[in-house]
Formats: sequence, structure tokens, C-alpha cells
Amino acid sequence: MADFWKRFSRNRGAVIGIIILAIVVLVAVLAPLLFPQSPWRMVQRPFLPPLAMEQYPLGTDALGRNVISGLAYGAQVSLLVGLVSTVAALLIGIPIGALAGYFGGWVDDALMRFTEFFQTVPSFALAIVLVAIFEPSIQSIIAAIAIVSWPPVARLVRGEVMSLRSREYVEAAILSGQTNLTIILRQVLPNTLSPIIVLASLMVATAILLESSLSFLGLGDPNMMSWGYMIGAARTVIRQAWWLSFFPGVAILLTVLALNLIGEGLNDALNPRLARRGK
Amino acid sequence: MLTRLTTLAAALLVSTALNAEPVTGGRANVVIQPEPPSLMMGLVQNGPTQMVAGQIYEGLLRYDQKLQPMPQLAKSWDVSEDGLTYTFHLHDNVKWHDGKPFTSADVVFSADVFLRETHARLRTSLEHVESITAPDDTTVIFKLKEPFGPFLGIFEAGTMPMVPKHIYEGTEYKSNPANNTPIGTGPFKFKEWVKGSHILLTKNEDYYEEGKPYLDEIYWHIIPDAASRAVAYETGVVDILPGGSIENFDVQRVSEMENTCITDKGWEYFGPLSWMWLNNREGPTADKRFRQAVMYAMDRNFARDALWNGLGKVAKGPVSSSTRFFSDEVTNYDYDPEKAKALLAEMGYKGETVRLLPLPYGETWQRWAEAVKQNLDEVGINVELVSTDVAGWNQKLAEWDYDIAFTYLYQYGDPALGVARTYLSTNIAKGSQWNNVEGYDNKEVDALFDKAAVAVTAEERQKLYTEVQQKLVDDVPVAWLLELGFPTIYRCNVKDLVTTAIGVNDGFKNAYIEK
Repeated sequence: MADFWKRFSRNRGAVIGIIILAIVVLVAVLAPLLFPQSPWRMVQRPFLPPLAMEQYPLGTDALGRNVISGLAYGAQVSLLVGLVSTVAALLIGIPIGALAGYFGGWVDDALMRFTEFFQTVPSFALAIVLVAIFEPSIQSIIAAIAIVSWPPVARLVRGEVMSLRSREYVEAAILSGQTNLTIILRQVLPNTLSPIIVLASLMVATAILLESSLSFLGLGDPNMMSWGYMIGAARTVIRQAWWLSFFPGVAILLTVLALNLIGEGLNDALNPRLARRGK
Repeated sequence: MLTRLTTLAAALLVSTALNAEPVTGGRANVVIQPEPPSLMMGLVQNGPTQMVAGQIYEGLLRYDQKLQPMPQLAKSWDVSEDGLTYTFHLHDNVKWHDGKPFTSADVVFSADVFLRETHARLRTSLEHVESITAPDDTTVIFKLKEPFGPFLGIFEAGTMPMVPKHIYEGTEYKSNPANNTPIGTGPFKFKEWVKGSHILLTKNEDYYEEGKPYLDEIYWHIIPDAASRAVAYETGVVDILPGGSIENFDVQRVSEMENTCITDKGWEYFGPLSWMWLNNREGPTADKRFRQAVMYAMDRNFARDALWNGLGKVAKGPVSSSTRFFSDEVTNYDYDPEKAKALLAEMGYKGETVRLLPLPYGETWQRWAEAVKQNLDEVGINVELVSTDVAGWNQKLAEWDYDIAFTYLYQYGDPALGVARTYLSTNIAKGSQWNNVEGYDNKEVDALFDKAAVAVTAEERQKLYTEVQQKLVDDVPVAWLLELGFPTIYRCNVKDLVTTAIGVNDGFKNAYIEK
């Protein structure tokens, strides 16, 4: 573990990423304490510019709602959607990839054609359609993001499993009479973990972007204050009130950047032999 | 004994309203949004069609901003004392745009044959009519089965447009090729329509009112994007932005420009009133005290100022203040969260979640729903916003699958035409979002509306309508929001554009541009 940290912290970007992400997580967790009032509450006159009043350092929006409070609660939504939908996508992608890679043959063919079916549809368009059909809500958004983002996981796991499948220790396990399920779970999957972790950290970033894009288009959960919603609502007033789209935009940028940096760092730390590339 | 309104009296009224000598010539550049599906007003009567085609087609009457009738194709009219016979005397020098004379035969054809088939809203009103006859070329007589109070209010161009008999008689109306080159009697003629780009109307040189119209051309610009429409005004491409053509959030910026005037007049005939349907059948909204609590919980002044630029008025009740027989002798629902909480406590509301459907017509309505949700949250009502598209919204309302839902409707100047339909228990039927969607059922209210529609004198009608408004406002079948103010924005040197109850829709007849 200490070794891992050493390699991870050698990548300065990754450390910065961790710091930014930690702040975002902290703000999300502490949001109800920092801003006890609902972010939807109309607290001041509409379109109050940033720094005009001490209590509202980032100003207010078209209905006089506190922008900074919206950002804090938006962090909750973004992180929640990012994490849960990534976990869901992993739960779909890993079994499919593992089965396809392990059994090969027609199982592989069938599962990969099925995967390709999802890959050929542009993922954002599919997400829009799914959310529109099931009515925008936090559950339907998470489901839609998971459904459009599992194929790369399946592909990656399949590739890894295929290469592990022919290793001697797997053949030994087969000879010792272990069931296929045990072999997959005990012998094969644990060894595919590091690329999955790296991929997952990037998927969280993509999921946050997807959620923001959906909310921007008005397909967010109307009961939840999210960053994408804030930008979407501010779009029509961008000439009067730049700060309404600027701050949530920065929040999305920083969070996604942080996750990408962390992904990079994890990649270095988990694949030490590749770590020195470019140096 | 006949009561007679002469042309002279009306003409005097108009001439005193004009304070400067009109200037002849020039072109009006106007935004039209969205692009109309057709300009044949006898067949299509949606908003943009009425706005453009209202310059081409005319009705027998037009209405001033107090909804008093003014001469148009009819130069004068008589109403018999029993309220059953309406006689219209037509101008005798009117020509269709193709040069053929306009006569009483065209009126009979339009009202009795053409529009009865094509115009659902007018057809309902014409059910009170027994016969329409033309004793000579310039006289038309409408005989009614029973007195019908709002009858003199249905002769406006969008409600009863005159269509040429010599072109449509005996043809398939909907597929008549003449629909593409509309022919009316109005002050402007159809010149060309380039789909997706513009519609051009030119002056009718043979117009029957001496000297009118003043403008040479009206150029309607079709610009699909709201922000681009605002920019088109800012850069001087267009000079007139009719109500609803730009986002509310742009209104303030645009109206602060130099030489820019803004008015929310010209919608009196429509009286657009917004409210929230409250499902009277089930859930907390079935309880009168809950519905009253909703009224007290909403800060409607805030919504008007923050979302509608301070235009429009907080609604008193079911009848818009510009509609006839409006009464303000009703219970007041000022913003009072404490009262709302007390009512909720009294009824024993336990925090059941109510679903709120915003109107899917853009940013303003979405923000409005968020503001109302917050208002209701603050008095302890649990609200869940449900977002839908237009189709889903229509379906949910038509199937009564909602608790609270935003909407707005037109009133057409008279409670019998545009108000009663929302509250009559005989008008409860699934499948439409323009009837009694909330499911309010009160026989007393039914009886009052029915009596008021056929009462002969205006005093009698006022008395009945005042009573019905008081009852409705106490029962809160729906939660009234605002009388919407749709601003018309224009360069201040465009004069006399909005002078009637339908504003821009028939406004170019009198409009002129000062140099």
C-alpha cells in the first residue's frame, strides 16, 4: 500500500486531482450544514451579481436563489450520479465481459454482438431517448447512463480475461476440478482489477458530464439542483448574468479534470512498468 | 324601437384617439413566431395565423380595448329589444382582393356554410342562431333561438372571418388551391410567402376606408430562434416584436433600448389567464381548505415581477379583468403563508406528496413551477415536479393524471365564451384539456352560468356573473395565477399599432410610421 502511494504521489497531477476531488466530496457532504436552507429557496432579489452581498458571494439566479448553495447541493447530485451509475455500469459490463472472454466460442460471439449493438448507437442520443421515455428522474438518469456506458467495460474485461484464460495457473485450477464460476471469481477477475479501476475513475467523470448534459437540455430530475440544470437555466440569460453559467461550468470542469488526473495517477501506480513512459 | 349605433359616433371616437396626422408610406418589419401553418383564416385560427391573416381577412366588427364593438365590414347594426334579431348594415363599396364585390351573400355563406363546417369555436356559438338571411345586398339578419348575451362579441376577424363565396362555394374547402393565395377584404393583400424566410403583404389600394391603410408593405420575418429574434430587433432588422416573440428574460434589456416602446395592451379580447389545475377528485387537492391554502401560499406578485417583468396582473378569480362582467367583489388571496399553514393544520394534511406539472412552454414556465414549488414547500406542502413534453402534458391532463398542473387559456371577451367551459359540471369529460379538467361539480354554479348566458340585459348578466365569481373564488376549483401580460415591443415612431382588443392582429389598418 505504501508502495502504491509512493508511485501514485510521484504523479503531481494526480495529487492535485485528489485534493480537488476531496474538496468537492467535502462540500457535497457538508452542504446541508453549510447551507441549511434549500437551494431552491428564493432568498434575495433576482440577478444579484457576485460579491454584491456577503451572504451570497456568487450572487443569485433568475429567481433570487443562492448560487453558491446550488453549487454545493449540485456537487451531491453530480457525485451521486457519477458513482452510482458507474457501479451499475460495472455490474453489467464485468459479468458480460468475463463470460465472453472465459468461454469464448458462440457465447463470446453472442455477447459481443449484443455489446456492439449498444456501441453502434451514439451513447448520448440513446441516453436522451431513454430518459425521455422513462420521464426524467434521478433513477432514470442513473439507469440511462449505466446502460450507455457499460460496453467499454465489457470489452476491456473480455480482453483481459482472454489473455488470462490461457495462463498456467488457470489451467491448473481447471485440472484441480474447480467450477467455472469459482475460477472466474477467484482466479481471473481479481487480476483484471487494476485496468477496471482506472477505467472506472474515468467513467465517473464521463457520467458527471452526461448528467450535466442531460440536465442542460432540460432532462434532469426537476426536483434536484444539479450543475447541468444551473447552466441550462442560465443559458437564456447569459448576456445579463454571466455568473449563473460560469460558476457551475467551472465546478464541472474542475471535478471532471480531477477525476481524469486521478485516473492517470492510478494507471501509473497500478501498472508500474508503464509508469515511466514519456520520461 | 331599435337601439342604433351610427358610424358617425364611432368614427368620432376613433378620430379623437388619433393625436397626430398619419404619414403615408413605408414598410413595417415584424417578427412572426412561430411560422403559421396556413394563412387561410377560415380554416386555421392559431395565434400566428390570426396575426398575419388578420390584416388580410376582416370580420363584420372589431372591438376597442373595452370590448365595445366598432364598425368594420358592417358600418352599423341594430339589435331588437327582445335580443333575438341582429341586423347588420354593410359598407356598399367593399371589394375582394381579386376585384369582385363583397355582398351580404358572402356573409351568409361564410357564417352559415363555410365556418359552420370549419370553425369549432364559432360553431358552438352559432348553435344559438336560428337563421341567417340577406334581404338585400348590404343587409344581413341573424335570428336567434333564444337571447345569447355574448352574441355581439363573436364578429371579430379571428372568430368570424369573411371568406369569398365566389371562390369557395361548392369546392372542397381544405384542398382549394386558393388557400395558398388568401383573398380577403382587408387593408393588406397577400403578395408572397417564402417558407422559412418571410411573408410579404402589400397595401390594398382599393380599400373601402378612405386613406387607409397608411403603410405600403408589411414584411413578416420568420426567425426560429428566440435569441436571434431579440438580436434582429437590436440590430434594426425588425421594428416590431409582437407578444411572445422573445423570451421574457430578454424583454427588459430590449425594452430599455433607445426609441423603444412597450405595451401590454391589445390582448383584451383574449384575456389570457393562467392558473393551476387542482385535481378536485382525489388526494389532498380534493379538500377545499387545501386549495385555499395553495392560494395563500403563493407569492404571485413575486412571480409577476421576477418572471413576467412586472407585466400583467395578479388574478382575482376566474374572470380576467379585461373580460366583460369581471367583478372584484370577491375574497382576496394575498400572499399569507401563515394562513396557509393554519388551513393545512385544520384539514389535517399529513404531508402527502402532490405532483406538479409545469407547462412545457419554455424557460419562464419552468422557473415559475420551481418558484411555486418552493412557495408550497415553505408552508409544508410536499411537492414533486414532474417534467413532461407537450404531448405528455396534453395526455396527462386529458386523462386527469395529475394533482396540480399549470396552464393558461383565452377568454374571448365574455364569460359565456371563455370562462364557463372551465367550471360547468356538464363539461367534465376525459380527452380534452380545454374543458372542466379539474372535475369541479357544483350545480349552483352550473345554474348561474346557464342563466347568465341567456339573460337579456347587461345588468342582469353582471349580477349573475358577480355571484358566480364569488362562489368560485371561495371554492378555489383551480388556483388562479396571473392575467398574463404579453408585451408588444416596437420602435416609438410606429404609431397606432395597438388600438383594438386584439392588438397587432388587426392593428396594421391604422398603423403608420413617423419619419
